[in-house]
Amino acid sequence: MKNTIKQLRHSSQFMVGFVILVAILLLIIIYPIFVTADPLEMVGRGTFFKPGTYVSVVDAVTDGASTQKSYTLNLDTSASRLNARLSMEDREAMVDWLVRFGGVAEGGISTSDDDVPALLELWSEKYDSTNPQKGLIAAKKKYYVRLDKSLKELNNSTDMILAAQGEDGLEQTGTIADDSYVNVKDIANQRTFILGTDNFGRDVLTELVAATKTSIIIGLIAGVVATAIGLFLGLFAGFIGGVVDDFIMFVTNLFTVIPSFVILILISYSVGASARGVTMVAVIIGLTSWPWTTRSVRSQVISLRNRDHVNMSKLSGHSVIRIILVDILPYVASYVVMAFILQISSGILAEAQLSMLGLGPATTTTATLGLMMNWAMTYTAHLNGSWWAYFPVILTIALISFSLNLMNTGLDQVFNPTLRD
Amino acid sequence: MSDGKMAILNGKGVTKVFGLGDKKTVAVDHVDFSFKKGEIISIVGESGSGKTTLFKMILGLINMTEGEMFFQEKPRDIKGYAKKREYWKNIQAIFQDPFSSFNMFTKIDSVLLDCINLSGGKNLSKKEKDEKMTEACSFVNLKYAELTNKYPFELSGGQMQRLMIARIFLLKPRILMADEPTSMIDACSRATILDMLLKLRDETDMTVVFITHDIGLAYYISDTVYIMEHGKFVEHGSAEEVIINPQAAYTKRLISDVPKIHEEWDLSTVS
Repeated sequence: MKNTIKQLRHSSQFMVGFVILVAILLLIIIYPIFVTADPLEMVGRGTFFKPGTYVSVVDAVTDGASTQKSYTLNLDTSASRLNARLSMEDREAMVDWLVRFGGVAEGGISTSDDDVPALLELWSEKYDSTNPQKGLIAAKKKYYVRLDKSLKELNNSTDMILAAQGEDGLEQTGTIADDSYVNVKDIANQRTFILGTDNFGRDVLTELVAATKTSIIIGLIAGVVATAIGLFLGLFAGFIGGVVDDFIMFVTNLFTVIPSFVILILISYSVGASARGVTMVAVIIGLTSWPWTTRSVRSQVISLRNRDHVNMSKLSGHSVIRIILVDILPYVASYVVMAFILQISSGILAEAQLSMLGLGPATTTTATLGLMMNWAMTYTAHLNGSWWAYFPVILTIALISFSLNLMNTGLDQVFNPTLRD
Repeated sequence: MSDGKMAILNGKGVTKVFGLGDKKTVAVDHVDFSFKKGEIISIVGESGSGKTTLFKMILGLINMTEGEMFFQEKPRDIKGYAKKREYWKNIQAIFQDPFSSFNMFTKIDSVLLDCINLSGGKNLSKKEKDEKMTEACSFVNLKYAELTNKYPFELSGGQMQRLMIARIFLLKPRILMADEPTSMIDACSRATILDMLLKLRDETDMTVVFITHDIGLAYYISDTVYIMEHGKFVEHGSAEEVIINPQAAYTKRLISDVPKIHEEWDLSTVS
């Protein structure tokens, strides 16, 4: 036993698989400690939000009732905005008007960026549309009227108005200037969606962690059920032989010949959506995936049952049960462990396949990896480019089966020394 | 020398056929035998002559295709597992390969403890059981204290085969079937093990059926020798009769095939 563990530590394949699996397991254990939110809570409304940090509009404006943490950053924004909006052509036209009708000396004002505030001040002071403006065509006069109007709008602030429910309806409680900025870290209610949200506005990362946990549980239950049935039937068919063996192998071959996935679909369908919980789906998967375990355990047992130590145990008068448990089971145990690992992996995959078809756990209280893919597919995440809704799920499924299969190969090499390189 | 002794196991027309139709092989072909109490019987034959098949049929591990066996002159009835278990109280075996005869996951103490429980010592105190195990181990020149908490694979082949004899010593069956118990171990341990088998026979008056391909060994150890060729007994009789004055051509060939060094040793013992 000690030796086996030592050999496993030296098997790089086993260790890589083991580390990946442990990392995934640690994630699904530790993450919920820090993020206690319900994984299926609909945080956002609408559809797929990109990965990023989000704040609610209300929180961006005010943080609670009393303390408003807003800061005006020292940026002359109005000036730069004016510079950008006021074209050189307009400025020249303004200077031209002021010189001709406003009594400003020629060369008294320039059109440079620095002079724009002064120009505007002069303009608002001197411009008068009622001025006769001799020598100007009507179109030009209208142009100046329009320019004056747009300049007034430019000067107006577009502050946000804060209102509260007062005695006579809404009352204005204050304004927030456009140029007021809030430090993102000071906002209490902000959510970072590392992997964005899904179509229901649910945090994909939190959902993914919960789904991985559920899927691993499904895999474990399916693996336990399949391995238990396979092991039991394989041991008895192999050891007892004769008619018992023939009958068990007949049933097993029947299950092997009919694609188990078809049976799986039929059973899931006939069980009905209301009864299809997580455990039910896991058990159904387990019930359809035992034949391979049975076959391989049986062939192992047949080669074992004529070994001398089994004969000796028989001669010692031990019961059949004891011989199977003490003299046969330990010899096939390593094999069964390997089969179990593969069953977990295929159980997770089977759940994903079933859920993709809409035959997975019909539940709104938990997510599974398959359900997440199903949702992503139903709401066409793959068409609108919302990669975050399905790619992390695929990656997780791939990582889990990859790690389990690596562990299996590592175990195989340790138990069958002929496979070692 | 066998006259006047009670027959413990008789076989009449014992046959085993493997396979069906064209592929069928007759491993043991209508064999008759009579094993007497307290004798050492050798069944000698080359590989593939059906020795081990006969061995397994006598043990009841495989069924006979045809024929009858009489245990203590009554028809042997081993239909069903319960009756087999009853039969196995009287017959035990030592297998050819000591390394595969033990369950590698069970400690040595529990192998011996099993034997005590099976031979009716279930209610003994722990101290008495320990004493019994120590006695059995010292009978085969093993130290019980050194064996406790060890697994069978930590022993050498010779030690394992001696442990097997210690097991027989505790169980004290009426018949001991030994299927080439010495073929997998070195010459030195071989003599020790044969001596132990003889000693065991002398102490408990059990019948020992010794299956071997080594006719020299058979001569050295046995009272009665059966020569087996292609599933049939071609010759049988007391060891002296068969080996000094062989009748069947096969026996002659077997004797001439014995290495020279053996022949010299054989001749010197005879003269």
